[in-house]
Amino acid sequence: MQKPIIKLRGVCKLFGQFQALYDVSFDVKLGERVVVCGPSGSGKSTMIRCINRLEEHDSGEITVDGIELTEDMENILSVRREVGMVFQQFNLFPHLTVLENLVLAPMRARKLSRTEAEKTAMEYLERVRIPDQASKYPAQLSGGQQQRVAIARSLCMKPKIMLFDEPTSALDPEMIKEVLDVMIELARDGMTMIVVTHEMGFAKTVADTMVFMDHGRIVEVAPPSTFFTSPKSDRTQLFLSQILSH
Amino acid sequence: MQRKKTKLNWIDALVVLSIAIFVIVIVRRVESVLNYTWDWSKIVPFFIYVDRETGEWTKNLMIEGLLMTMRLAVYGIVASAIIGVVMGLCRISSNLFLRMVARSYVELVRNTPPLVFIFIFYFFLSTQLMPVLGIEELARSDSPTVQWLIRILCGDPVLFSNFISGLVCLSIFEGAYITEIVRAGVQSIPRGQWEAGKAVGLSGFDVMRSVILPQAVNRIAPPLANQFITLIKDSSIVSLISIQELTFMAVEVGVSTSRIFEIWILTAAMYFVICYACVLFFNWLERRAARARR
Ligand SMILES: Nc1ncnc2c1ncn2[C@@H]1O[C@H](COP(=O)(O)OP(=O)(O)OP(=O)(O)O)[C@@H](O)[C@H]1O
Ligand SMILES: [Mg+2]
Repeated sequence: MQKPIIKLRGVCKLFGQFQALYDVSFDVKLGERVVVCGPSGSGKSTMIRCINRLEEHDSGEITVDGIELTEDMENILSVRREVGMVFQQFNLFPHLTVLENLVLAPMRARKLSRTEAEKTAMEYLERVRIPDQASKYPAQLSGGQQQRVAIARSLCMKPKIMLFDEPTSALDPEMIKEVLDVMIELARDGMTMIVVTHEMGFAKTVADTMVFMDHGRIVEVAPPSTFFTSPKSDRTQLFLSQILSH
Repeated sequence: MQRKKTKLNWIDALVVLSIAIFVIVIVRRVESVLNYTWDWSKIVPFFIYVDRETGEWTKNLMIEGLLMTMRLAVYGIVASAIIGVVMGLCRISSNLFLRMVARSYVELVRNTPPLVFIFIFYFFLSTQLMPVLGIEELARSDSPTVQWLIRILCGDPVLFSNFISGLVCLSIFEGAYITEIVRAGVQSIPRGQWEAGKAVGLSGFDVMRSVILPQAVNRIAPPLANQFITLIKDSSIVSLISIQELTFMAVEVGVSTSRIFEIWILTAAMYFVICYACVLFFNWLERRAARARR
């Protein structure tokens, strides 16, 4: 039995009076691909943002690669270096070129030299298939290209885990595929991934585990084969029928 | 989009003409009603004159005042910018105490009239702080290099501690406004930028330095330039605590020559030249920065 690389135990999160996560417990093994879905406001983003502590959980326990997330800033930083994150809105640094976006963190947080960092950066730009855009600014790229740059930027830190928060939701339909293709390739290479998405085609292709959330709780965890054909919970069934109907 | 007019038409000319006529009428009325004879020659020696003994051109009160104002402007801009950046960062710090300190500072300055603030602060500074800091001793130092340095950088050593108090007052006063400019600029950067920076493993300091501040600078620059111009104009306030800058000298010369109109018109012109030169300089900087960003 493999030890989990991410471990959530009884995690609760409050925004003021509003409870966004109720007692979330969940494991992710090394190399596992998890797809999280659920209705809007169900706490999907909140959950994965707790994993790299963009949100602080109020109670419970989160352990990433053997490091427990506490107030300790050193722990938080080392977890963040192992965990890449891709946002819905890309969040590239607009004042830096694509290449500079990619080398910033490796140079500052990993203390790589510029030549080393640029070499890695070019490799990853190659992998997301936009090496020719290296000297452009983010605003000069299409949405799909920007999101691929954002993926490459995370990969440059050589993370063990990648988190994706609705990476294709802000994209025009014709650009969704180019981003999903990059993610599928990443999954094939054995990256541990947690992906929040409504792209069920993608989920069926790559997921080892499907997670369904509703009202701040994990309602169902199942492999895609059973998840899509015979979900246990009624709420999952309802959600799937809504989302698969279009 | 509306096209900008590039040529003046006859209506514009008419407006200019009527303003000119109005000015001439006012000048005439000053002469007739106040029985005032314009005499510009009398104030010229207060700017520059030929020394009887050496036969050289020597600067007089007004030019001394102008230099003092320029010193106040340059040092004031540097000092208030430093105060503003430090306090601005405190203002958004995660440390409650720092936030409280910065907030109190800003509100205290913003909600008292500049004059009142400067009086209170000046009497506190000059009576309490200056002796403690040893500013007086420094000014009275025997070392010729120290005397020379003070004279070059800050004018007459006798007035050195006075000058420092005035400068500190002005900087603290303007620093509060710059604090707010810095705070607003930093906070205008979307939260996603912080999150992306942290998510790739940068420390809070590195996110600030490499992601937030470089973007904030572009947004801070225009209001900051504006505040610097304001600082130059506000520097006239310290004339009231006897800092011998342009306005102070203008009052003196006005009283002793009773050439009130001439001296104040020239004083206004001198402020205008300094400020407008700064405006042009800041515009040039901004254009250059914009080109560098291409
Ligand atoms: N910073 C915040 N302050 C207050 N409430 C918040 C905050 N962030 C999220 N919430 C609330 O927490 C709940 C869960 O939000 P979350 O963003 O995790 O949902 P989600 O499942 O990602 O939804 P979506 O599909 O719309 O992205 C929502 O009801 C939201 O209103
Ligand atoms: Mg979300």
